[in-house]
Amino acid sequence: MNYFNQDLASLHADLVAKKVSAKELTQATLDNIKDTDTKIDAFLNLNEDAALAQAAKIDEAGISEDQPLAGIPVALKDNIVTKGLTTTAASKMLEDFKPVYDATVTEKLAAAQMITVGKTNLDEFAMGGSTENSAFKPTKNAWDQTKVPGGSSGGSAAAVASGQVPVALGSDTGGSIRQPASFNGIVGIKPTYGRVSRWGLIAFGSSLDQIGPLTHGVKDNATVLSAIAGHDDHDLTSSTQAVPDFAADLNDATSVKGLRIGLPKEYLADGVSDDVKAAILAAADTYRKLGATVDEVSLPHNKYGVAAYYIIASSEASSNLQRFDGIRYGYRAKDVQNLEDVYVKSRSEGFGDEVKRRIMLGTFSLSAGFYDAYFLKAAKVRTVIMNDFKAILKDHDFIMGPVAPTPAFGLGDEIKDPITMYMNDVLTIPVNLAGLPGLSLPAGFSNGLPVGMQLIGRPFDESTLYRAGYAFEQSTDFHTQLPTLGGQN
Amino acid sequence: MANRITREQVQHVAGLAKLEFTDAQLDAFTPQLDDIIGLFETLSEVDTTGVEATSSVSDQLNVMREDVADNWGQSEALLKNAPDAARGFIKVPAIIDESEDNE
Amino acid sequence: MNFETTIGLEVHIELKTHSKIFSPSPVAYGAETNANTNVIDWGYPGVLPTTNKGVVADGIIAALALHATVEQHTHFDRKNYFYPDNPKAYQITQSDKPIGHDGWVEVDVDGVKKKIGISEMHIEEDAGKNTHERDYSYVDLNRQGTPLIEIVSKPDIASPAEAYAYLEALRQRIQFTGISDVKMEEGSMRVDVNISVRPVGQEKFGTKTELKNLNSFNYVQRGLEYEEKRQQQVLMAGGAVQQETRRFDEKTGETILMRVKAGADDYRYFPEPDLPALNISDEWIKELGDAMPEMPTKRRERYVNELGLTDYDAMVITQTKEMSDFFDATVALKADPKMAANYLQGDVNAFLNDNHVDLQATKLTPDNLAGMINLISDGTISSKMAKKVFKAITNGEEPKAFVEAHGLVQLSDPAKLQPIIDDVLDANPQSIEDFNNGKKRAVGYLVGQIMKQTHGQANPQVVNQLLMTALKQ
Repeated sequence: MNYFNQDLASLHADLVAKKVSAKELTQATLDNIKDTDTKIDAFLNLNEDAALAQAAKIDEAGISEDQPLAGIPVALKDNIVTKGLTTTAASKMLEDFKPVYDATVTEKLAAAQMITVGKTNLDEFAMGGSTENSAFKPTKNAWDQTKVPGGSSGGSAAAVASGQVPVALGSDTGGSIRQPASFNGIVGIKPTYGRVSRWGLIAFGSSLDQIGPLTHGVKDNATVLSAIAGHDDHDLTSSTQAVPDFAADLNDATSVKGLRIGLPKEYLADGVSDDVKAAILAAADTYRKLGATVDEVSLPHNKYGVAAYYIIASSEASSNLQRFDGIRYGYRAKDVQNLEDVYVKSRSEGFGDEVKRRIMLGTFSLSAGFYDAYFLKAAKVRTVIMNDFKAILKDHDFIMGPVAPTPAFGLGDEIKDPITMYMNDVLTIPVNLAGLPGLSLPAGFSNGLPVGMQLIGRPFDESTLYRAGYAFEQSTDFHTQLPTLGGQN
Repeated sequence: MANRITREQVQHVAGLAKLEFTDAQLDAFTPQLDDIIGLFETLSEVDTTGVEATSSVSDQLNVMREDVADNWGQSEALLKNAPDAARGFIKVPAIIDESEDNE
Repeated sequence: MNFETTIGLEVHIELKTHSKIFSPSPVAYGAETNANTNVIDWGYPGVLPTTNKGVVADGIIAALALHATVEQHTHFDRKNYFYPDNPKAYQITQSDKPIGHDGWVEVDVDGVKKKIGISEMHIEEDAGKNTHERDYSYVDLNRQGTPLIEIVSKPDIASPAEAYAYLEALRQRIQFTGISDVKMEEGSMRVDVNISVRPVGQEKFGTKTELKNLNSFNYVQRGLEYEEKRQQQVLMAGGAVQQETRRFDEKTGETILMRVKAGADDYRYFPEPDLPALNISDEWIKELGDAMPEMPTKRRERYVNELGLTDYDAMVITQTKEMSDFFDATVALKADPKMAANYLQGDVNAFLNDNHVDLQATKLTPDNLAGMINLISDGTISSKMAKKVFKAITNGEEPKAFVEAHGLVQLSDPAKLQPIIDDVLDANPQSIEDFNNGKKRAVGYLVGQIMKQTHGQANPQVVNQLLMTALKQ
């Protein structure tokens, strides 16, 4: 069977009409993953038996029309904990780690009767932008297996783009959903900070992390976000704002007429490739044709985002990752003589280089004598960056720009140079610092590789982003183009 | 080169973070960290006089849990995941140096 | 050379909440190893803390009880350090904006009253417990997350006796709020001590040493006294005090070097991103303040000025809120305050000590104590008889019923006593003659005879009165 071109609504219709059973869909999904993952390496772990058992149960009960996600397969980035299902964060530290509880999003997906088919690859502890920092294997771009899929949610993005699953969840601390979505020609959203519970997301930068869905189309994305969003008593930073039915707003009548869009000049500055610039300028024209206005605006402190981010995210990470100490769970080094050995050897052997680099940067930024100049300064620059966004969003409905300065780069090209790697995040990072929603969607191609566009909105106004994204999608055909590997197509 | 952070400082920070590096790793790490810290220092160009630090972008304030006890019954599963356990305790090689914070 | 001493005390107080400060696991003692733990307490990947409102309330109450300013815009911070009983390798505490600051308590040392400042107080989580055996240590995380308040004194404490008095004042005030048991022997109050001495006139503080293993107020005072003298001797001999941690030896009363401190610790504090900041409202502070019980100092003033107790009695009665409440309730039932105070300090305290129980765990009630005291006051029973009655009320018996059931009622009715007195006088003409000749001792003999006739139940005062009247006729 071939569901690669089907959106969630038509898959749902087929399930309701029993044209396909949940079990058949799940089995086909698992078969397809096994078949294609030899090329893509998107998955770290499959949930075969439990997924099939759950599907059978769903079939038995039957799927009604008010269960839009029931029976639909989903993959989770492997930094989202799943009770009893190995969760590694792509780290040797957690190689055989079986969580004893479920993340809130895991529970919400289960409540929506989605079927978790497996866990996807990532940069170790979500630190990186290419998925090459996985302790286990690099994932490949769905469009060109010599290219990186982006990261850190590279496994989730490549899995969706290659047709392995219709939906995957990722996490985004500095661009980790949007950039791989862009590299793989799919849709990904980093929701407003607090929109989705972080309970069960293995923390990287606690004040920046958000979970979000990756899908082929905007409407699918909206449907899944509604299912996983909302306040959670386990996460006090999660918002009590009501969660709209995001997809319900999206229909043919949806338009961007009269909307004011800001296009920051810094987002088309040096370092952004010509093809990417051209795609964004073309997208701006599309919006103008649809009746919106696009103004040039400025985010004057954008360039400081990378430095502020790497200080804040690394500081929080250095603290968050201290719990991996070889005492209570996870990797404990062998041949240890005393407690100090347990700590130092377990951590030095259990963590990869990039994780160690971030821990070192964070520990340094917080250490005595450096706190004010680094951590505190970065936290103040964060405020300045937030104010830049506020000023624009006061009289603009959203901001548009590229997701990444370039399309996907080659495997091995940048991994050796941390600063170049960090600078790739310059357009996504400020959004996390400000806690705003950011939607990444296909906007063109460059030498056969997808180019993504990013829409940045006001806090908790994902609706406008989905509306604008959907209108763009309906006026263009980028989202209908599929990688040649593409599952059964 | 390598003037923002010295090799000794890198080792000191590694000590705080309970990490150890070989000489070769230190040779590679020190200039890398130095470069990144150079990037960090560009922040000094931003005038932050009178600017409040932002440590959270959550819209939540004053959220608290009522004081009600609830045992989630996880202790058995938790002990099973421990690398070493005995008699219901988590077992670790002897603590040699008494920490400041503990009796 | 004359020296002055500066003592700093950091007091940790365990709060009596139902659940832990950042996880809903129960706060309870004596549970099986690791039984009261969940994924949060173990610092599992992906878990998040949740702030216990009861702990914040207790923090506010403690601040109010210690005359501190409540910090209304407060938040939590992380303190980073590795230790097996510290599962996240950071402790969630408050460093930047502690919940209370600039408080004080008044102490009285040898009749001299002094205010001792409290620089700050903050709420934080306790660690688990390590047990050390030969080659291994064993970790129990039941205590992990138990809420604590840490109270840090200003450098106002100038002597070991003041340190003792400060701790006692702190203990009493916190005990009265009911937020903690504040018992050092049970670990619900823990004290870290530092001390330095300097020659009088020297501006800079001397080098401090820290003392460990001080498990009672007495040991705190004795350890400080030893250390004060030791440091003075070091300085007088021309030496220098080292920055070090010393252990108090309970047997010898000496302090022994544990380790020399090398440089400051680097805890890399930063704001806890997982917990939203707190904005404590005026209304909440007022609500908690209004519900606070009367503090021991206020009660002592009332006992002395309104009820006529001595300072000493008032002090003993206000050792615990339970004792003081019991006293107030007993007096409210019209018992004589002086007698109530005497019973509480004497028979009641002896009973509690003999049985190693707290007042609230006994069957004693203010009703029954007041009932007994009132029976003494109205002459129904004698103080001697009251011994038996007291024993009965410790078993929860109602005093009046007990007295009646055991015929302990004192014979006070003149109509009943007069014939007995008349009989005794008739039988002892010699004594009457002795009395008339000025021999006062005769009265004693006659009273004795009357008591004998009444099997000890005659009210001695009534007997005396009736007898004197009869003899003078």
